[in-house]
Amino acid sequence: MIAAIEPSWYLVVASVLFAIGAFGLLVRRNPLQMFMCIELMLNAANLTFVALATSLGDINGQTAVFFVMVVAAAEVVVGLGILVSILRRRPGATADDLAELKG
Amino acid sequence: MNPTFLEYLVFVVASLMMIGGALGVVLFKNPVHAALGLILTLFGVAVHFVAQEAHFLAAVQVIVYAGAIVVLFLFVIMLLGVDKAVDLSIEPIPIQRPLAAVMSIGLVGLITAAVVQAGDAVGTVNPGTGIDVATVENNDSNIQQLAQNLYNDHVLAFELTSVLLIVAVAGTVLLTRKWPKQADS
Amino acid sequence: MVELVWLIPAFPLLGFLIILVAGRRLGEPLAGLVATAMVGASFVVAALTYFELLGMDEKERSHVETLFSWVPVGDLQIDMAFLVDPLSITMCLFVTGIGALIHLYSIGYMHGDPKFSKFFLYLNLFILSMTLLVLGSNLLVTFLGWEGVGTCSYFLISFWHTKEANATAGKKAFVTNRIGDFGVMLAMFLAFGAVGSIDYAVINDSALAGTLTQATATGIAALLFLGAVGKSAQLPLYVWLPDAMAGPTPVSALIHAATMVTAGVYLMVRINPVLGAAADWVPTLIAWTGAITALFAATIALAQNDIKKVLAYSTVSQLGYMFLAVGTGAYVAAIFHMVTHAFFKALLFLGSGSVIHGMHEEQDMRKMGKLFKFMPVTAGTFIIGWLAIAGVPPFAGFWSKDEILLYAAAESWALYAIGIVTAILTAFYMTRQVVMTFFGDQKWGSLANEAEAAHLNDESDTAVETDGAEAEAIETVADEELVTHGAHGEFKPHESPPFMLIPLVVLAGLSMVGGIIQLPSIGIIPKNAQHKLLDWLHPIVEFGEEAEERGIGEAVIKGTTANDMKITLIFVAIACALVGIAAGWAVYQKKIAKPIEPAILERGWGYDAAISWFMGKPGRAGFDAVATYDSKVVDGAVNGVATLVRGVGGQARKAQTGYVRQYASIIGVGVVALLGWFVVIRGIL
Repeated sequence: MIAAIEPSWYLVVASVLFAIGAFGLLVRRNPLQMFMCIELMLNAANLTFVALATSLGDINGQTAVFFVMVVAAAEVVVGLGILVSILRRRPGATADDLAELKG
Repeated sequence: MNPTFLEYLVFVVASLMMIGGALGVVLFKNPVHAALGLILTLFGVAVHFVAQEAHFLAAVQVIVYAGAIVVLFLFVIMLLGVDKAVDLSIEPIPIQRPLAAVMSIGLVGLITAAVVQAGDAVGTVNPGTGIDVATVENNDSNIQQLAQNLYNDHVLAFELTSVLLIVAVAGTVLLTRKWPKQADS
Repeated sequence: MVELVWLIPAFPLLGFLIILVAGRRLGEPLAGLVATAMVGASFVVAALTYFELLGMDEKERSHVETLFSWVPVGDLQIDMAFLVDPLSITMCLFVTGIGALIHLYSIGYMHGDPKFSKFFLYLNLFILSMTLLVLGSNLLVTFLGWEGVGTCSYFLISFWHTKEANATAGKKAFVTNRIGDFGVMLAMFLAFGAVGSIDYAVINDSALAGTLTQATATGIAALLFLGAVGKSAQLPLYVWLPDAMAGPTPVSALIHAATMVTAGVYLMVRINPVLGAAADWVPTLIAWTGAITALFAATIALAQNDIKKVLAYSTVSQLGYMFLAVGTGAYVAAIFHMVTHAFFKALLFLGSGSVIHGMHEEQDMRKMGKLFKFMPVTAGTFIIGWLAIAGVPPFAGFWSKDEILLYAAAESWALYAIGIVTAILTAFYMTRQVVMTFFGDQKWGSLANEAEAAHLNDESDTAVETDGAEAEAIETVADEELVTHGAHGEFKPHESPPFMLIPLVVLAGLSMVGGIIQLPSIGIIPKNAQHKLLDWLHPIVEFGEEAEERGIGEAVIKGTTANDMKITLIFVAIACALVGIAAGWAVYQKKIAKPIEPAILERGWGYDAAISWFMGKPGRAGFDAVATYDSKVVDGAVNGVATLVRGVGGQARKAQTGYVRQYASIIGVGVVALLGWFVVIRGIL
């Protein structure tokens, strides 16, 4: 069955999710939690893609989600690797402590 | 046709799961609790996917995101011991919270406004935009449609993605490796 | 031969290159002979060209020989081209002729000098530049020569540069000339802006046709006059010429008597149509500057004791006469006086060089005397030069000076008065010089004997009266030198070698007969011998229908009182010359009256000192102000821009706090803003 819920609702819900993710990214200082907020934002985007793919009848939206997931996975891997190498040197560092690029 | 009651219910429950989990990610002090909130969000999104008939993607979401990525997060949390609680009441950058609030509220508000303004135009193909609707048999199952689209139209991107994965793996191994100390230094 | 006119500068150039490459190997005297031969060859070419021009019809005597296109830049087309016409060939003739004689003289004078070949290198370069100057068909080639002679003057004045005074004199000459060069450059720009070309033909034609506005013509004429004032040592830029006597005497003879200093006069005569089209105050200014300079310099020459300084101030004075002539419109008289002055002044300088050489580098006239019997040839030729400059007929100087005075009288009796007074003074100080050097009392010691020297000290104290304490100080210094001179034994002045005497004799001959080129139109002189120079030059200086109607030469001043009194004026001039000579003889030889040589005249009316003081105090203040302005305002503006950028950057970098979260929040706000613009202002996404 084709879902009959209008895609605009999905858009709004996804935007709320995105907003929460963005807010969290800006407010949290723990690097891992900031990462999780990034995942939230990516999921919001995925949701939008899928919702509109179905309503437009275009499978390309779902393909895009596929690729987004793959890239998100790769990004998490690399990002966590970086985090591990940093936090090994400075345990307990937060995003604010990593401010060497101060102008 | 109008959505049935069941569909509405599914929508609302899934959305609540999603948003609740998100709030948990943002608001919990303990990173492990935040990770659990993330899992809730991911499940909510998966339910939404199923409701949108993207079965394959829902499966992938659960397996990859909730199953691998969040587990990875938890590994790192445990490895590095960052599970100590962080005091949220102090904010070193004074302007941060207001700006964040402005941003999130602005975002939601604007998109809602856009959506409301667009009305019925959301989700309908605009004849003059030049977007090509995929020529896929609508009778096929979702996974088949997806596969056909992926391997026919986007095969190059697919190959590059595989390269990307290998690069990511190799890079991460290199990044986190502990280099042996030089014997004579 | 007209096509081969480029050989005239080419020969000295060749000489320059030969000596540049092989000078030291050629050595003495071969380098000198090569240089002399080159200049002599130029003279031969000039003479042949002259005869060829003589054979042409009067109207066809002006040719332009283009060598190559020098500056072809859009509207500005300047060729390296030579203008062959009576004026330039006249200049070439006496420049190369006297130049060759002086080259010959220098072989003898610079004998034994370690930098012998270098001297001839510079001399040839000088002749090259001077011929370029006079042959140039446009202002730029002339300017090339102009700068060239200035540079050579600098090289040659400071030839013995190990002595600080010589180097300073060279610098002074160069810097003072530069001030004048500034005027020439501005005039070039003005001419190009007004008529689109700097060819003499174009400029002069446009001035004659009336297309040159009076303002432009005034500007060009005044600016070129500024250049002439610098180059030809008129007030206020004459200060370099007396100091330039620090150079070797042949240099003084060639450059500062016969050729370089006449470049200014030549330029003025070359652009005489522009002068005619300019406002009236320009020629008047030129005339008065010339007259006052003549008088001023003559007064200073009365009190000079260095044999060359007298001649230097005399040169300034005679140049003043030439400018007086230019200013009153007597261009032919100016050129005539230039030629005769070249003869007798070069003669006088070379003669003084011979005296200096014979007196073993002694230059103070107070230590000379009774040299007639030791240096007869030098003395004889010097006397001929003396009579010429004093204005005694039939020597050359009389004819040219008389013509200048005639035109001056036609213009203004005040100018004539100044000219006559200067003529008397000229005769007076030249007589003084001749007496002090060749006649009078012997002031040089023949025995290196202290008693003898002391005895001579007393003599010289009474013989020369001076005013003021400073003069006494000078006297005591001179006394000391009197004792040490000739300390190696018997000292006797000797006559100079033939290399030096031949040019003296030749120049003496020219000074005697030089007047025949422009004899005035008086009844007793046969008609076809009258004013030959005028006939030769008049296409350059007086032409057009106006000239043809009223006639040329003295016809210009027909009807004035002066013209009617022509014969009277001639006798007045002769009388003045004789009065001056008699007075000088009386004071210095016969010692009838005490000589009056105020110290202020010896110091040149304090002019040099005034300039030094001015530059030292107010001038320095001005320079400091300019320097401060430059460093504060100009540099400040430039640096200020940099400082401003740095300041802004410094403020802007406060945005880079290093906090990633803050950067993210700014990005986020930006996203919202963009979104807002799309949604609100442009309608839907």
